[in-house]
Amino acid sequence: MNGKTAKTNPHPVGDSVQRVDAREKVIGSALFADDLQFGAGLLHARIKRSSLPHALIKRIDTSKALALPGVKAVVTGADYPGLIGLYLQDRHIFCRERVRYVGDPVAGVAATSEQIAEQALDLIEVEYEPLPGVFDPEYGASQAAPRLHPDLGKYEVANFIFPEANSNISNHFKIRKGDVDSAWGKCAAIVEHSYRIPHIQHVPIEPHIATARVEADGKVKLWGSSQSPFAQRNLIAKALGISQSDVQVIAPYVGGGFGSKAGVSMEALAVAIAMKVKGHPVKLRLTREEEFYTAFVRQGLVAHFKMGCDSEGHLLAMENRFYWDGGAYTEYGVNITRASGYSSSGPYEVPNVKTDSYCVYTNHPVGGPMRGFGMPEMHSGLEQCIDELARAIAVDPVAFRKRNCVREGSILVTGMVMHPTGLSECLDKAAEAINWGRKDPPSAPNKRRGKGIALMWKAPAMPPNAGSSARVALNEDGTVTVSVGGQEIGQGSFTIAAQMAAASLGVPIDWVRVNTPVNTDYSPYEWQTVASRLTWSMGNAVSAAGRDARKQILEMVAKAWNENSDDLDIIDGKVISYKTEEAISLKNIAIYGVPLPNDQGWVGGPVLGRGNFMPTYVTGLDPETGQGPRAVVHYTTGAQAVEIEIDMDTGKIEVLRGVAAFDVGKAINPDMVKAQMEGGFVQGLSTALFEGLQLKDGIPLNASFVDYRIATSTDVPRDIQAIIVEVPQDDGPWGARGIGEHAMVPTIPAIANAIYDAIGIRPGSPPYTAEKIYLAMQEAGLVS
Amino acid sequence: MSIHPIHLTVNGETHQVDVPANMTLLQMLREKLALTGTKNGCAAGECGACTVLLDGEPVNSCMVLAIECQGRQVTTVEGLAEDRILDPLQQAIMDHGGVQCGFCTPGMLISARALLNRNPDPTSDDIREALVGNLCRCTGYLRIIEAVQQAAQQQRLLASGGRTL
Repeated sequence: MNGKTAKTNPHPVGDSVQRVDAREKVIGSALFADDLQFGAGLLHARIKRSSLPHALIKRIDTSKALALPGVKAVVTGADYPGLIGLYLQDRHIFCRERVRYVGDPVAGVAATSEQIAEQALDLIEVEYEPLPGVFDPEYGASQAAPRLHPDLGKYEVANFIFPEANSNISNHFKIRKGDVDSAWGKCAAIVEHSYRIPHIQHVPIEPHIATARVEADGKVKLWGSSQSPFAQRNLIAKALGISQSDVQVIAPYVGGGFGSKAGVSMEALAVAIAMKVKGHPVKLRLTREEEFYTAFVRQGLVAHFKMGCDSEGHLLAMENRFYWDGGAYTEYGVNITRASGYSSSGPYEVPNVKTDSYCVYTNHPVGGPMRGFGMPEMHSGLEQCIDELARAIAVDPVAFRKRNCVREGSILVTGMVMHPTGLSECLDKAAEAINWGRKDPPSAPNKRRGKGIALMWKAPAMPPNAGSSARVALNEDGTVTVSVGGQEIGQGSFTIAAQMAAASLGVPIDWVRVNTPVNTDYSPYEWQTVASRLTWSMGNAVSAAGRDARKQILEMVAKAWNENSDDLDIIDGKVISYKTEEAISLKNIAIYGVPLPNDQGWVGGPVLGRGNFMPTYVTGLDPETGQGPRAVVHYTTGAQAVEIEIDMDTGKIEVLRGVAAFDVGKAINPDMVKAQMEGGFVQGLSTALFEGLQLKDGIPLNASFVDYRIATSTDVPRDIQAIIVEVPQDDGPWGARGIGEHAMVPTIPAIANAIYDAIGIRPGSPPYTAEKIYLAMQEAGLVS
Repeated sequence: MSIHPIHLTVNGETHQVDVPANMTLLQMLREKLALTGTKNGCAAGECGACTVLLDGEPVNSCMVLAIECQGRQVTTVEGLAEDRILDPLQQAIMDHGGVQCGFCTPGMLISARALLNRNPDPTSDDIREALVGNLCRCTGYLRIIEAVQQAAQQQRLLASGGRTL
């Protein structure tokens, strides 16, 4: 089953070995941030949050809260003037003169119990002067809108982000490729459509949690559920004006992240409160309600698409305007705007493209990275327009996509030349698996059936020089300990690291363990566990570390045996000589070295391999045209297809079958790759059918699992077929590319296209709830 | 807050615990008995991560007061394996790749255990229904559903004196 049959040792790379973290997770011993014990000195923190979407703070009085027995400290923005942010430093730890969303942190309390801390919040008096708000990104981008960040022009910003001072536009990314204006005249068909994608929330089942302790000497320790221990160390140190090495971040297993636990969000609050009660650990745990709108949310998007093709179905031009609803702070969201801009053609070769992608401040929850990093939102509309355009010139949507999709050598939207890719194979396989073109009868007379397909692409979105490093150490018993700073958030990164270390070194997979928790004092540096970059980037570092350890071992044994290391190999944990057929186990020699003949001393010593990786070949893009030789490291591409049934009496959609085909370069662990494709499909399905954070004048209306529904075990299709395509990536370990995020990118448009196929209605903006579909059918006269 | 001494059995072990009247079973397990395998995902009875067996019935332990557990039997994820022999559900969920982040896994296993205790031969729909209160954001559920089917088969075979699959 699952290819895990292994009578002999499975090959560590390419076989579906069992997850290294599975056993401790099923017996309940795996530690998560909330499971760590801190003893009697532990204090509990709660946050006083803004009840208004936009206001000036006129007065804060914390005296009554401080007087409550059990309260140890109350902090406000007055205590911390520094700004914080990943790509744009636009955020105070606690609000100072202004609040910008409902939930904005105004004050924090540390007390001997969570209850006392909660009681103290009610005793903090805050006087506001309400200001008009911005609740729509397109309006926010206009000159008429009130300015939410008057200091935007003064904020520190990464050199590839372009804020427009004296506006709410915190990044404006442009593509000017070819000449769209003269291309429209040559088009046989043009489709124009706008889509509005709602905010959604990541909904990790483990809420955000952070415990901070500040020692008397000012050193900071932070234990948290984190995708980004090193980025947190860096940003928190900068915000507090202390040295990075005086901040230690310790991150055990993460109970689901999906981007929400990247960068810094509530962790800085815990540290800031702990500064006031030195020596005490201070634990801050978000309630599920807080999780819904005070941790990151996925940004909303208003997207306008225009695209045209010639009479044979060749795409000639695209013009896109994206207004990203970045929320109150866009320190991370600015780069989503950029990523969607440089991928704004979708996975198609288009000679003329004009894109304006705006990141806009609004008085909504803070937008941040979420699985797909702008791609699910952008593809939702784009892939529906592609379908429409194909139908407008009477070309089959699959054939249309096949004609236009990117191939090796395609000139991409940024001018970059496409590397080898299996996109068209993914398309073929997905179409074949869903029996494209065959219309099966519905299961009941009151139902209609339809099929839909959508393509996707996505590149890791990150600074050009985001780095990884790894260590591989051997133990007395010959086993191997891998240390990485990348995080296990469920995607299987530790298993991949173990597999790559085993393969590059030459030991059985079950000899390898991976260090947890990640600890910035001991673990090798990793930029962040985001962008589906670990298999690729951390993988390169791990395999380099394994090769380094291997080299040390072979040189040591070659010297002892008076041989050439080229004649030696490590197989199944033994060093063997092809020349003399001698063999020696790694046990003992990896620590104690090897004796020379005739008692002439020893060679070797404890073996410690090191490896690092940083892409050095990504170039900048022209700020006016978005053109440059290499915008990104590479693209993972893929396709999804669905078959659905719509109940004409209720409008309810049932997804009968899903197919996912992605080009992962090389599946290091095929079963885990498939698990990503399935899980991503269901998360995509959930966003297509159910999810949307409802915000009325900035006030969240559905911040609970009862009102914000995610897919359950009864909502998933009977069958999800995951198909692996492997066209190797030249800069990936064993040719591998990432797959984690990509798996949910095309699901919304695949389902939307299936809705059209079933009932002839373009359902507009997701989620495609039964109510929305029923009303649309009523309007179209399909039901009375 | 008044403190009450209670006696209860957790994973076969008897305990005497002093609990405040407003303490939940979840808090008592995690904070008083250091049984942190049971997870807190919403504290509102909505996500199922804190599911435990109370006298054999699955409950959201965040919605049960500890003082209600006087004299009762509680089983948590830590009590599923006996003498290092995994529950067939634990083995099956690993074998089927039904674990990713692992945060829903303890509650999921307990709900599945309750199902197999009352229905040793569940259909796929029975399993979906039994797990509907356990939210998972990673796996997409299918592998978990398959794992429960596999474990049920394994358990029936063991019960009939058959060999291990």
